[in-house]
Amino acid sequence: MKENAVLLDPTAELSPAERELLPRPENLSGKTIGLLDISKARGEVFINRLGELMAAEGLSIRHYKKPTFARVAPLELYQQIVMECQVVVEALAD
Amino acid sequence: MKRLPEGFSLFLKKACPTCVLIEPLIQRMSDAGLPLTVYSQDDPLFPTGFARIIDDVNLEYSFHQRIETVPTLILTRENKEVARLAGWHREEWQALTGLNELGADLPGYRPGCGALNMEPGKTEELALQFGAVKLAARRIEVATMVDEMETCFEKGWTDGLPVIPPTPQRVVSMLQGTRRQPDEIVGVIPPNNVACSVEKVAINAVMAGCKPEYLPVVLATVEAACLDEFCMHGLLATTYFSSPVVIVNGPIRQAIQMNSGVNALGQGNRANATIGRALQLVIRNIGGGVPGGVDRATLGSPGKFTFCFAEDEENSPWESLSVQKGYAPDTSTVTLFPGHGVHEIFDQLSRTPESLARSMAGCLATVVHPKISMAADAVVVVCPEHVSVFKAAGWSKQRLLDELHSLLQMSGRQAVRGADGIAEGLPESFAADPQIPKFKTDGLMIVHAGGPAGKFSAVISGWVASGATGSQTVTKEIE
Repeated sequence: MKENAVLLDPTAELSPAERELLPRPENLSGKTIGLLDISKARGEVFINRLGELMAAEGLSIRHYKKPTFARVAPLELYQQIVMECQVVVEALAD
Repeated sequence: MKRLPEGFSLFLKKACPTCVLIEPLIQRMSDAGLPLTVYSQDDPLFPTGFARIIDDVNLEYSFHQRIETVPTLILTRENKEVARLAGWHREEWQALTGLNELGADLPGYRPGCGALNMEPGKTEELALQFGAVKLAARRIEVATMVDEMETCFEKGWTDGLPVIPPTPQRVVSMLQGTRRQPDEIVGVIPPNNVACSVEKVAINAVMAGCKPEYLPVVLATVEAACLDEFCMHGLLATTYFSSPVVIVNGPIRQAIQMNSGVNALGQGNRANATIGRALQLVIRNIGGGVPGGVDRATLGSPGKFTFCFAEDEENSPWESLSVQKGYAPDTSTVTLFPGHGVHEIFDQLSRTPESLARSMAGCLATVVHPKISMAADAVVVVCPEHVSVFKAAGWSKQRLLDELHSLLQMSGRQAVRGADGIAEGLPESFAADPQIPKFKTDGLMIVHAGGPAGKFSAVISGWVASGATGSQTVTKEIE
């Protein structure tokens, strides 16, 4: 196995080296919320219950599922969520 | 830095057949009373049984002594190296040691092997490890399973094409291309006005794909772009197409094998491609100039990836661009022109300079807009087949420039807004002007480049804000 590579920062170093999180939404009104089941055991229990509660609040939700938790989401699924939702919730469970 | 002791120092590696060949001599030298220390690059127990072996498996001594070959025998007196022998050469060793019978039973000569500290990439690694080069840039670790090329994309460091990942070893290697110190400031890079060190330029030059010997050209290019009169900030921010066009003159063109011939303005030459790209990456990464940010170009142009070429001075009947600007022919320079695009001058039939100049003027008249004058400068790249027409008729570069300026005049009546059914044009105040020049007196430049076949010269159009109120062409000597 190769060692971790080290790169020298070519920038003016005015921003953090690590990618920052996008700003969190202030509230969920008017947004479409994606609920992503990553196919981890019992994750759907949590994500489905969350969906019920959100639907009861009148929020717009959409369900998605990754084929397997072991791999990153297929590109098509990733793009579909980006196009259809403004917020996404995924559950890690076991 | 670790010094060598007084007397003889011998650098060896067990994997070298010549070192193994001379192994029996070491004890003999020592027995003869010579002060001898052995530095072993690959096995601290080699040579077998000898007492004064220094373990140099980490190559610290070898690096500091710049050992290139093993065996290397160095004689030190009063802390100064007074002699150095590389490989086995019997007479030389006998003379240096004063032992007349030394190695009498060995072949007279055997070359050595390459020293371990000279293996590819090793010198750079050792320079970092032992502090010969100090780098200040933030170090960013990329996890084992992550592709460094993808990391460069994700961090926004690229122009859209892949870059060479800037590892410390590659940057140290790049810095070998200049005598300037890594922490020396080259200029203040717009739009964020960040002081930029030689090291940061070197990092971006690595990413652009430059070789170390291109670095002096890249440094001069960055310095030129930082000159106030070049107005890099405005050139970046404009909605217009333009960007720096880099023209290289002088002996360095040939030294780094730049292309000034076939396809001179196109792809395929590493120096042309990467020097222009390095400047763009410096502006992007250090200056923070990115499309959609401060770069507001409506359409941009492909030259914003890279636009760099060399003038063909050897086959030109005319003085070069840099000589025109007052530099000696043996001085290497970069000239930065704020421009874009390649607009053709097609003329396969003109055999007189008068006819060809009229073709050129006709094409130049459309720069920016047929009705707009004195806004953008232009570079005319005259191809070899066209230049031969001027050469045969004895036309100097100045004669051609004079002719073009003379042809490129129009009346205010033709140029004002609304004339010819076109709303665009010069303000009404020019209507009574009988002759308005298309270009400012210093607004046309001529260079010679291109392949031997084809009667196709080119216009490189300038930024519509060319000149003192916008961006002026700048030239900088390459150190």
